[in-house]
Amino acid sequence: MALDWYLAVSALIFCIGAGGVLVRRNPLVVLLCLELMLNAANLALITFARMHGGEGGQIFALIVMVVAACEVTVGLGLLVAISRRNLPIDVDELHELNG
Amino acid sequence: MSVVMFFLAAAAAIIGAIGVVTLRNPLYSVLALVCHLVALAALFLLLRAEFVAAAQVVVYAGAVMVLYVFVVAYVGGGEEVAAGSTLRILGPLFALALAVELFIALLGSALSGIHRYGAPYKLGFGTPEQIGRLFLTDYLFPFEVASLLLLVAAVGAIVLARRRRGLEDGALELKDLLAAPRPAYTGTIAEGVGVRRVREQIEQAHGGVTEVVPAGSAAGSTERS
Repeated sequence: MALDWYLAVSALIFCIGAGGVLVRRNPLVVLLCLELMLNAANLALITFARMHGGEGGQIFALIVMVVAACEVTVGLGLLVAISRRNLPIDVDELHELNG
Repeated sequence: MSVVMFFLAAAAAIIGAIGVVTLRNPLYSVLALVCHLVALAALFLLLRAEFVAAAQVVVYAGAVMVLYVFVVAYVGGGEEVAAGSTLRILGPLFALALAVELFIALLGSALSGIHRYGAPYKLGFGTPEQIGRLFLTDYLFPFEVASLLLLVAAVGAIVLARRRRGLEDGALELKDLLAAPRPAYTGTIAEGVGVRRVREQIEQAHGGVTEVVPAGSAAGSTERS
């Protein structure tokens, strides 16, 4: 299988994730779409690692997975704090810091 | 065979991604993302990244998605209202423009200089042994920074999501519980050694009622002379 097919799949998934971040209003789904974009980047990294025959790209993909896990943890913590204060779960309604 | 596997996994990954974006219920979005992640792990296996594929399934589809499901259950993932904002039209347009641009960059020009079928396979490529050796030699610093980042994120999530004092009205204090009126002899040594039962029998025999200790009085002075 030619490797540029994998890159095409990666680009498609990234675009779907980017569109989802813009369109959806639930912060939970926005986080899920961020995951989609990070995973697309992971797929591209691993494809390039295969292309060059070195494991550096795979190491980088693992680090990206760690960063994604941290981002999810903090984001979901924020979401729980928001829902505990009975604020609306909607990224358009949360504009308290918007001066 | 690998071509068939590739198209199956790629189709599942893309369908899962579309499901994440389009499904209304956040719980179904999370389940679509699980499907997407498993399909992506299959693609990683086709690219000979065994360890990353295993980590993807265990860490992502296992642990992180369980966290998501718990938060959806806690927050109560209701259906979100669809708003007719300009982003609803501009968002897909932006995504489409990005896709066109990326495809031109990928398939049109940039990759013609790089071989399309990859480097020749060498023994032990992408195995846990090789990844672990690289993590402890060449990439030791990123490894340590990643572990520190995980610690910071764990502490930060606990600080963000913990229950704060003073937010809930009407919380009971220990002082209020101690000052509440209660039947005589409860919470005293006399109750513990069984004096209260004897007194009750005596009072029932004489037709009396159990007295009530007023709030705040000392518990030790209830012995009647």
